[in-house]
Amino acid sequence: MSQLHPFLAAASAAPADAVDALIAAAEFPLIDDAGVTFVYRGAADAVRLRHWIYGLPTAESLEALGRHDLWFFRLDLPRGSRIEYKFEVVSGTNSHWIVDPLNDSVAEDPFGANSVCRAHGYTRPEWTLENPHARRGTIEQISIDSESLGASKDVHVYLPARFRRQRRYALLVAHDGSDYLRFSGLQQVLDNLIHRLEIPPMIVALSDPGERLVEYAANNNHARYIVKELYPALRQAFPLRDEPASRGLLGASFGAVAALHTAWSYPGFFNRLLLQSGSFAFTDIGTHNRGQIFDPVVDFVNRLRQQPGRPASKMFVSCGIYESLIYENRSLVPLLQSAGTEVRFEEARDGHNWENWRDRLRAGLSWLFPGPLWMVYE
Amino acid sequence: MPDIIILGPQADHPNLMDATRQIVTDGALCSITAGWQQREGEVQELQHHLDREVEDLHLYQRLDHALGLDPELADAHRTRQAGLRQRQRWYRRRLHHAMEAYLGLAAETGSSAALLAEQRSALNAIRALDRHHVRQIDAVHAVFNARWRPAHRPAMAEQRDAIVRRLDAAAAVLVAGGHVAALLSRLRLFGLESELREKRLIAWSAGAMALSERVVLFHDSPPQGPGHAEILDSGLGLLPRLLPLPHARERLRLHDPRRVALMARRFNPLQPVTLDAGSLIRVTGHKPVMAQGTARLTARGNLAGAPLA
Repeated sequence: MSQLHPFLAAASAAPADAVDALIAAAEFPLIDDAGVTFVYRGAADAVRLRHWIYGLPTAESLEALGRHDLWFFRLDLPRGSRIEYKFEVVSGTNSHWIVDPLNDSVAEDPFGANSVCRAHGYTRPEWTLENPHARRGTIEQISIDSESLGASKDVHVYLPARFRRQRRYALLVAHDGSDYLRFSGLQQVLDNLIHRLEIPPMIVALSDPGERLVEYAANNNHARYIVKELYPALRQAFPLRDEPASRGLLGASFGAVAALHTAWSYPGFFNRLLLQSGSFAFTDIGTHNRGQIFDPVVDFVNRLRQQPGRPASKMFVSCGIYESLIYENRSLVPLLQSAGTEVRFEEARDGHNWENWRDRLRAGLSWLFPGPLWMVYE
Repeated sequence: MPDIIILGPQADHPNLMDATRQIVTDGALCSITAGWQQREGEVQELQHHLDREVEDLHLYQRLDHALGLDPELADAHRTRQAGLRQRQRWYRRRLHHAMEAYLGLAAETGSSAALLAEQRSALNAIRALDRHHVRQIDAVHAVFNARWRPAHRPAMAEQRDAIVRRLDAAAAVLVAGGHVAALLSRLRLFGLESELREKRLIAWSAGAMALSERVVLFHDSPPQGPGHAEILDSGLGLLPRLLPLPHARERLRLHDPRRVALMARRFNPLQPVTLDAGSLIRVTGHKPVMAQGTARLTARGNLAGAPLA
């Protein structure tokens, strides 16, 4: 570290009673044009930065400032980056992972919450924020007794504002639908994009898995459930457009595997795929080291690489460049393109998380399902 | 020709009531809400705002009904629509290259006579392409109308008679916004241009676009594509020289002099005018006589006051 951040320089020279004021006046982590300085205040034997940036050590030790129980770590971070992190605070034999107490910005996910660091150049997209002018869609629920999965499934269904039974709608089936609602703000995003005419009013089935890592791991029963059970039930309950170009699948991580596997198993049935940070692990030779749960995934992706076919006519693929899966996702794109699928690929300086997936929804949805933006002037 | 008032979007800050009071003191009002498509005729909010009855003409549903009874015309209509879409694709493809050429030259630094001449020439190429496209679209309509005379087919004529009866009884007609192509095609298929020419009209957003000479689709920052404005069709031509731009503040980069100037120069002699919430332009005898909350895009790249008479 060539130069101490001005905050740290001031804090190291300040009397104890002035540090609180310095902290209150600052925003954490400390962002500058070239990167970020993480700061922790508290008694500890060690403090580590825990993040999920592939390519960097998973734990970075914070340095003690020497006074006032202040710890810091400097990380170069390119413009436009957005990362999630925690602090690991070690005291004796105890170790706790905590969100950054000095940073109010957190992102939730199914496992809890992480602190969020936004480098210069990252701005939360305006279309993800609440728009008081956007009409609200509604959520209904249908139940399906699935023979394929041997379970009764409750599926929430997003209906757009001004839904009319006499009109027909495009359909998107979202894997991990409830998580997309909770952690990616999917309902607000849909409301906003429909209001902005960037996507058409559409119906979105919010499908949730039972045992996720089994059901979404290239599972034939899941594919059959989606095509042979869920879709017919939706078709019966709601006015859907008939053509495959008006049917899409959405998924992130293992959900993207489930989406692609379903489309590959029933090619052309869902002609629009939005795949986010797909766990598309494969092997060119030998075995993989991602654990047993990936066995069926690797088997599927290896078969896909042998015979890609044309699962859908248009696919939007996105991945964070700080994810370990960036290589797999990049590899997928030319493979699918060579097989005749129109593919758009978007990378972001972000990780494997729900806000990354939220931020890519506009580009993906508006490309796969273009709205009447050019024709409608209300 | 009776007065026409055009307005911006009515959703959040409606000024339809003020506009209506300007040109209609009493008498029946009817509405054309075909641009709302499947929501056509849901005029409760409109009536509430105006605090008076409004009878909708149901052009959207009437066309569906008539085409259901006249499958031959329905087929011909579908074929015509497919042909129009194809021509729009071809035009868009050519336009993209023409626009990129112009924008590339416009971004060059310098002000030499040679560069200015190239820029003018590139702009003229766009204007020529626009004119060509309008001729092609007009020709498609002319062939279709000559072959099918849609408004005179029995099923259509029955609907048209019902529409005209209502129009005759109305003191003024409200033409709502919405899907501009859906609205315009129905106005045209029912042959309502001459009837509307005799009525006081209050039109907003897509309604105003449909009444103008040219229907220009526009958005400077769409989520996909370069955002080059394109001509869709000729309008009904009831608003000479005005090119209404609804939602201009949202859709156009009005602070970008280059884009503003391009819009003004490209569509000259039409005057591009902004129509945002609160905008109102009143046209009497083909001339704008009153304007509120609107601006004219100028060839200098700025926004000027009222449209020129």
